[in-house]
Amino acid sequence: MNGIHDMGGMQDMGPVHREPNEPTFHAPWERRMFALFNALDLEWPMMRSQIDLIPPADYLRISYYERWLTAIGPLMVRAGMVTQAELDSGRALGAKNSKFHVLTASEVATWILPEASPESPPVATPAFHAGQRVRARTLNPTGHTRLPRYVRGRIGTIERDRGVESFPDTQAHGLGKKPQHLYVVRFAARELWGEHASASDSVQMDLWEDYLEPA
Amino acid sequence: MSTTRRDLLTGALTAAGAALVPPAAPADEHGHDHDHSTVPSDPALRVKALESLMVAKGLVDPAALDALIETYEHKVGPHVGARVVARAWVDAAYRARLLANTGAAVAELGVGADDLTVVENTPTTHNLVVCTLCSCYPWSVLGLPPLWYKSAAYRSRAVIDPRGVLEEFGLHLADDVEVRVWDSTAEHRYLVLPERPAGTEGLSESALAALVTRDAMVGIAKLAPPGSAA
Repeated sequence: MNGIHDMGGMQDMGPVHREPNEPTFHAPWERRMFALFNALDLEWPMMRSQIDLIPPADYLRISYYERWLTAIGPLMVRAGMVTQAELDSGRALGAKNSKFHVLTASEVATWILPEASPESPPVATPAFHAGQRVRARTLNPTGHTRLPRYVRGRIGTIERDRGVESFPDTQAHGLGKKPQHLYVVRFAARELWGEHASASDSVQMDLWEDYLEPA
Repeated sequence: MSTTRRDLLTGALTAAGAALVPPAAPADEHGHDHDHSTVPSDPALRVKALESLMVAKGLVDPAALDALIETYEHKVGPHVGARVVARAWVDAAYRARLLANTGAAVAELGVGADDLTVVENTPTTHNLVVCTLCSCYPWSVLGLPPLWYKSAAYRSRAVIDPRGVLEEFGLHLADDVEVRVWDSTAEHRYLVLPERPAGTEGLSESALAALVTRDAMVGIAKLAPPGSAA
């Protein structure tokens, strides 16, 4: 979706403000909000897609964790975790929901440790190879995507094939993992922004095969 | 797919119900069909209500919530990334492994970051990390991101005007330095390996780690020699 969240290349957002000695959280409720969102047994593409849906004026006005707070209710209803009536009333109207995994404290402890036995990803034949020129396709999906607007239609070079990974555009909407190759793609700054950009500068990003076509 | 923004948005607005959202404005303002603000009036109360509901539905364990907060507020932070950087400075073989396969190399230090890619600054290359689409950041080695990293100002301009943004942060780069911006669009995260400052030849690995800042590992700063004004 061409939403306000896809803001790479906009120029009217003002200077970058830094807060000296910034705390990790700015209010106690932000701690809880952070934890509730991360404890959900949902994949990030679905969670991000709900934040993408916040109306643009609200998105820009509210704080970072207010976005999470705005998104989490509709997200849980969409995922079948709570009903709309439960969200509206703030009360559990039915039985406990046993369809989802409940994160434990001991599992959290493993999040920052190396994986004991990483899953081997599925194998697929790559359509592109390192060094190849590719064009980011001109796509304007109404659902979730991780293909930023500012590279669509632009030509880049495959720097590296990262192997096969799940596709967020389908994952976000419960339409499956659609595993496919993910590539690091380099775009020259001048290809993206025109001749005023530095000739030596570039932008790199991770793009899925479905986002790319041969150039 | 049948799910459109409109469908989902309708769901989001319908969710603006009694308990978890602010009370609706007076009825006489509501003879029209527009998208009402979804801004919460009292986030603290709403989050409390949410947690109660999620616990009642058996969706979350409060002990896990406490562990998440403890982990990301206190256990992880830039000190973890600094250890990785200092090791790479003192051990050329480690540095090579770190650049070739970051996940495996940080695992050697007991750090779990399978999705991490380290990119190296040199006298002629400067790397800068951003997430234009949301707020992706290498939590496992830097902790949670500061507000400026998540701000619209940084996210929008870091890709189109990286040199201007760096100037605002007080870092001027010569024209012959190549700027490589990394937009974190997938589940992979980026950490900048800063250049080792001059005058640190005699320092121990832990003394070196103490010099490494978050800003340098995101790429908005260079590291100053010890004892100098940054």
